[in-house]
Amino acid sequence: MAVARYWRQQEQRYSLAGSKCAICNGSFFPKRTICPTCHRRSIGKMEKFLFSGKGKVVTYTIVHDPIISYADQSPYVLAVIALEEGDLVLGQIVDCDPRIVDIDLDVEMVFRRLSAEGASGTIQYGFKFRLMDVGSS
Amino acid sequence: MTLSREVAVIGIGQTKFGEIWHKSFREIGIEAGLRAIQDAGIESSKVDSIYIGNMSAGLFLDQEHVASMIAEEVGLTKDSVPATRVEAADASGGLAFRQAILDISSGMSDIVVVGGAEKMSDVTSQIATYFTAAGADQSWESLFGATIPSLYALMARKHMHDFGTTREQLGLVSVKNHRNGSLNPDAQFQKEITLEQVLKAGPVSTPLGVFDCAPISDGAAAIVLAELDLARELCTNPIKVSGTGQGSDSLSIANRTELTGLKATRAASKRAYEMAGINPSEISVAEVHDSCTIGEIMAIEDLGFFEKGDGGPATERGDTSLEGIISINTSGGLKARGHPLGATGIAQINEIVLQLRGMAGKRQVKDPLYGLAQNVGGTGGTVIVHILEAI
Ligand SMILES: [Zn+2]
Repeated sequence: MAVARYWRQQEQRYSLAGSKCAICNGSFFPKRTICPTCHRRSIGKMEKFLFSGKGKVVTYTIVHDPIISYADQSPYVLAVIALEEGDLVLGQIVDCDPRIVDIDLDVEMVFRRLSAEGASGTIQYGFKFRLMDVGSS
Repeated sequence: MTLSREVAVIGIGQTKFGEIWHKSFREIGIEAGLRAIQDAGIESSKVDSIYIGNMSAGLFLDQEHVASMIAEEVGLTKDSVPATRVEAADASGGLAFRQAILDISSGMSDIVVVGGAEKMSDVTSQIATYFTAAGADQSWESLFGATIPSLYALMARKHMHDFGTTREQLGLVSVKNHRNGSLNPDAQFQKEITLEQVLKAGPVSTPLGVFDCAPISDGAAAIVLAELDLARELCTNPIKVSGTGQGSDSLSIANRTELTGLKATRAASKRAYEMAGINPSEISVAEVHDSCTIGEIMAIEDLGFFEKGDGGPATERGDTSLEGIISINTSGGLKARGHPLGATGIAQINEIVLQLRGMAGKRQVKDPLYGLAQNVGGTGGTVIVHILEAI
């Protein structure tokens, strides 16, 4: 049952594809059908928008008691990222010692395996993030 | 906003919370319901309607349609009394209570029984964590590895960064709530803990550890409500519902404008305070949603008890203890009383009723007039606030 549910969001999950409102220029991730600022005026005016994938860490946590489908990756870093276009997104930060992650560090999107999902064991892919300039600081 | 007809609590009942291996969902539901009906001293034939708060019997027990099941068990299907199940993750109980109030206020019913129940321990703790995360956004949070505690941990880290809230202050919420729980015979944990134990406990999701997070619990709680004039005829100590408020916010935290508080708490409480015609300073006892310790810190700020950023220092000063300015989570809160998701919102009201009746035993606060309960669904997508008054 889960396969179709994940497939439908594949494009958004693979490439940080969200929406932009042609009226107020607001960008949104995940994609929206209606702009929360412009409401009904935005109907039919929401365009596909690809985020650059660059942003900053707003807050983070190291997850030691994982969701079951991530048990093999624990502990992992989960963070809220402020994308440079101005929207927030939740994702993992990978490719580094979790202890060096901090608020305000710059990150960029990478494409990775997310998790093996549920009983069917289907592997899900999508965006994660990595620190930029690791080692130079 | 006002209620067309005023409403009061005339009876309360609940099971002990914890891992109740030997009893089924049906059995704990009926136990709480019958205690509440007995406490109200009414015949069950007088009940006009039933509401049940339950987050997910479907996931935990493969059983939906639990309102009919409970109605049957308490013997109310004979007269085909309307029975409705209400869901808003772990705010299901508070929302069910609100629906019962609105039912009476509308004139549809005079006497309503509202229950909340959850049976979580029939699955492993790992599975329970997964099911509980269904109260967050499956597509954009859980799929990326988020659990409910990890989402609160993100808010905790930001709160610490922005306001200087300390790890110790978070821990002191748990210490206080375990102390209160030690005075509550219905609590899941009735043992005091030290700050050192909290800080040394295994990490769940940094900065939160095992003692910062509510346990997996079974339990049920129930309330009998009546129209106020009828309540005065039926019982000697009715507790009036002075305010009810509900607010919502985006399901996922990344779609919110703020990560150090819950907008829905502020909206719900503003509506409840306005209906009651009182200020936060007039509340003397409150049950708030500490599914994680940061939840209590944010709640006491968002509810207007303390300035934004002063929630941690206020806890450290002892302002929220039984002897403090405003006693928070006298029952032990979700952390020590236990957190059977759908039952929590009802158990919170029960504690406030006990306090306002002056029957809270060793944890009784001195002469409270107003009490408040704040019940959060997931990480704040739904918040329900009620204000009760001793009359
Ligand atoms: Zn717009």
